[in-house]
Amino acid sequence: MADETTQQTSAAPAASEPRQGGGRPGGRPGGGPGREQRKYFRRKKVCKFCVEKIDAIDYKDYRLLSQFIAESGKIVPRRLSGVCTPHQRRLGRAIKVARNIALLPFAGSSR
Amino acid sequence: MQRTYELMFIVRPDMTDEDLEKLTSTLSTQVTSAKGNVKAVEKMGKRRLAYTVGTFSEGIYVLFVIEGPGELVQELERRLRVSEPVIKFITVRVDVEQKRLDKVKKIRDAHRRGAGTHAAAAAEATAAAQAESAAAETPAQA
Repeated sequence: MADETTQQTSAAPAASEPRQGGGRPGGRPGGGPGREQRKYFRRKKVCKFCVEKIDAIDYKDYRLLSQFIAESGKIVPRRLSGVCTPHQRRLGRAIKVARNIALLPFAGSSR
Repeated sequence: MQRTYELMFIVRPDMTDEDLEKLTSTLSTQVTSAKGNVKAVEKMGKRRLAYTVGTFSEGIYVLFVIEGPGELVQELERRLRVSEPVIKFITVRVDVEQKRLDKVKKIRDAHRRGAGTHAAAAAEATAAAQAESAAAETPAQA
């Protein structure tokens, strides 16, 4: 169990490289990440903010933010949404501010 | 030191327009009397809240963009806390973030100008994206 989790954390930063374009051959799960039940990542996911060059993630823009929260209201993890780290951090902060001002729910579905 | 803050608060939905006007003007005078200045006041209208606050499921959102010292914000928040129609508020400091955004924009501008003909097509794309992001920022800040 212990080395499965370490495998996961070591594979995660490696998996982020192809998102920058090229790098790892194909996007298919290799031998290491094959340990996971589901495919590690189905296709090359690019960071939506890096591609569209959106710098400012505004907490008031609840439509943009609601794309990154699950049905339960939880923030979607980076490995599922494909967002890069600095943008994920800013996104998380914006979502938390939006939750506090009742623009997004803490739990439960959002419109 | 003048810091820029965004103060957003929610007012109960059954408030009349003139009461809202009175509230916003009171807060604006509070700001100016404390040596700050109000850069923008935006009434974002009635919205459904994502969860019930108190007994309300709807509210009128108001946004203030203020420049001023830190104590001003404390004073404003105290007022909002005691004022009966205001049900929620939050203050966000935006000058640090704005400084970073300006720096990134400047680098991108310099990059665009410095790169010359090769980046002509890319320059248009970045200019369009910048205009887009600037347009997205100005309604938020205005």
